Amino acid sequence: MTRLNSPDALERFRQNLLSGRDPDKPCISICVGAGCIASGAGDVVAAFREEIQKQKLTAAVDTKGTGCPGFCERGPVVVIYPEEICYLQVTPADVPEIVSLTIRQKKVVERLVYTDPVSGEKAVHESDIPFYRHQKRNILCNNIRIDSKSIDDYLAIGGYSALSKALCRMSDTQVLAEVKKANLRGRGGGGFPAGKKWEGSRNAPETPKYVIVNADEGDPGAFMDRALLEGNPHAVLEGLIIGGYAVGANEGYVYVRQEYPLAVENIILAIRQAEEYGLLGKNILGSGFDFIVKVHKGAGAFVCGESTALMTALEGRAGEPRPKYIRSNIKGLWNKPTVLNNVETWANVPLIINKGADWFTQIGTNGSKGTKIFSLVGKINNTGLVEVPMGITLRDIIYKIGGGIPGGKKFKAVQTGGPSGGCIPEAQLDLAVDFDALAKAGSMMGSGGMIVMDEETCMVDVARYFINFLTDESCGKCLPCREGLRQMHKILTNITQGKGKEGDIETLEQLSEAAVEASLCALGKSAPNPFLSTLRYFRHEYDAHIKEKRCPALYCKDLIAFYIDPAKCRACMTCLKKCPVQAIDGGKKKIHIINQDKCTKCGTCIEVCPSRFSAVRKISGEPMPAPIPEEQRLLLKASEEQ
Amino acid sequence: MNTEQIDRIIDKHNTDPGSLIQILLDIQAENRWLPAEALQRVSDKLQVPLNRIRHIATFYKAFSLTPKGRHEVHICMGTACHVRGAKRILDTVQDATGIKPGETDRDMKFSLETVNCLGCCALGPVMEIDGKTHGKLSTAETADVLKKYE
Repeated sequence: MTRLNSPDALERFRQNLLSGRDPDKPCISICVGAGCIASGAGDVVAAFREEIQKQKLTAAVDTKGTGCPGFCERGPVVVIYPEEICYLQVTPADVPEIVSLTIRQKKVVERLVYTDPVSGEKAVHESDIPFYRHQKRNILCNNIRIDSKSIDDYLAIGGYSALSKALCRMSDTQVLAEVKKANLRGRGGGGFPAGKKWEGSRNAPETPKYVIVNADEGDPGAFMDRALLEGNPHAVLEGLIIGGYAVGANEGYVYVRQEYPLAVENIILAIRQAEEYGLLGKNILGSGFDFIVKVHKGAGAFVCGESTALMTALEGRAGEPRPKYIRSNIKGLWNKPTVLNNVETWANVPLIINKGADWFTQIGTNGSKGTKIFSLVGKINNTGLVEVPMGITLRDIIYKIGGGIPGGKKFKAVQTGGPSGGCIPEAQLDLAVDFDALAKAGSMMGSGGMIVMDEETCMVDVARYFINFLTDESCGKCLPCREGLRQMHKILTNITQGKGKEGDIETLEQLSEAAVEASLCALGKSAPNPFLSTLRYFRHEYDAHIKEKRCPALYCKDLIAFYIDPAKCRACMTCLKKCPVQAIDGGKKKIHIINQDKCTKCGTCIEVCPSRFSAVRKISGEPMPAPIPEEQRLLLKASEEQ
Repeated sequence: MNTEQIDRIIDKHNTDPGSLIQILLDIQAENRWLPAEALQRVSDKLQVPLNRIRHIATFYKAFSLTPKGRHEVHICMGTACHVRGAKRILDTVQDATGIKPGETDRDMKFSLETVNCLGCCALGPVMEIDGKTHGKLSTAETADVLKKYE
């Protein structure tokens, strides 16, 4: 194995790699990220390998399993180079046609390319698809270009050139100055300037020092760190080594949750490859700088995403946070100066070193520079990962990139910042997204989860859901968080069950205040946010639940009933057969009626009722209409009626 | 799980008490739960008090102190799945199997767990059985999927 002993050796190796590669050679890139694998990408990869062998093209075509390109909604995603033809929702059955037509004859398989749902226009190339066209993909763009298990692929697109530049052409102080100048803010939630954090550690007298990648991505509905670590682990590693150099640390850790097995596998492989090439270990690239990286698998505790809790877990103990009278960059892991940054923050570092702080600060708003990756999920047409410049409006993200709300439903709110973030209503859709603007709106950037909610989402239930999540994940150290959240959850559950009473909102506000004021870590301090922000913008929904026992979104099971409209029911027996508890009475040509005593409100009848009838509806806060008389229940054919 | 298997895992981590969580994770991965004898063995070898090991084994979600059924059912309760009706899927599974999250049924067929995000939000609501993802589920489909498992 080649050991690269100097920047020149790295460059020669890279040139060698590139000269051995024919840029015109067809390459089939198939996303094997978690989302596409779940949609069957594994079978698609196998089908391509088989078909290529069958058509005797093995030597003429490359096949790659790549990281997530973001468009999970239409997975499995396949991109064919050098033409960059993008095929969506590919199944094994499509594979022979793709190989015969696109690889052999350079023709496009029209039915697999993106078709605009409104205009019907086709988009053959990735960059033509509206989902991608409005993004600015500085970091995510490489995911589909490289085999996530190949260091050579990363080197071929210029990988580790930033490391070489930092170690051999810049002093450690220059690296630090560049990151500070770029005003790179932490992408994991707090938005603390990374350069400032690094400087604190660098100036701390104690040694040894540590640098850590926080890949304990616990926010439900957020998976950008996973996509980066799975798809392009070397970019994160390169950033970490550069950070180690700037801070004066010779040891780094990657704390990654074991629920992400592919991310664990790929980062461990990446470390081994980097060690073999001499990009990790002793005397990296002949610079005299030594650096090693270890991987620690997180055993499943949301609170371990908090920096001090994560460090406690790294030490082999139960991950509980500790007070931050002295910041962890001064006294962190084993009481030594420790810099902890999020995956995406580290992945930005090589870009800043290579292209300079001036390039980086061109993008973004005054206080927030660069791009941010969001995972756009929930009631949205184009679910996926989007990378956008800071300062883009929520409206552009949701409508231009996300393609709006499915099923013609009305937008209600977007929840950002993970469980302790907040909900932003329609009136604020023109908000320019950055760290400060989101905080001002009562939410936060968080790690970048963006969950879209439509008119059918009950905001009281959303608050209950998040408080429940946080009650579960509270480590139990501070009373206002451990007990206060439990009480908040109880009250919110009561409200959603129609047992809310006057004064509940005030009690919730008091409990919130206590948790905000008297909890040690950010989990407790921000835990009441989901309640406070939904109360701020959707107080009327709380009032409807408490005073009228009505759920305006028709979501809360205890406040709704299912009703078959006799004027619309055509007695087709579909719901009657599918009802799991036999709660529907009726028969052939006999209008169906739901027995409310038996009904468990599972919603199956609404799901299965043919859309041309749409006879089942939910009602809330109003009395059930009287059943129609028995003699009128028989349906007569139009001819018989006359 | 026998003592040699446990010792092999402990040796792999150089009998380092700092690697306690990693050792327990490996045992959990191999055996699918943590029997009392295994915890005792780890305690003896690493010279770490059993109460600290139990603190860790109960603090982190990855560990189970009870045996698991033949099929592990994970219902995603992440926010994206929640707004798309994950609760209804969970209710359906509970009704069909008769067990609640964290439980295993009497004939050791299913173990039911809720998880906070499986990271395939485009497919929500999602149920994962033995690592296989079933996405975009309706309640009727959920019941059908469960019937396929023996």
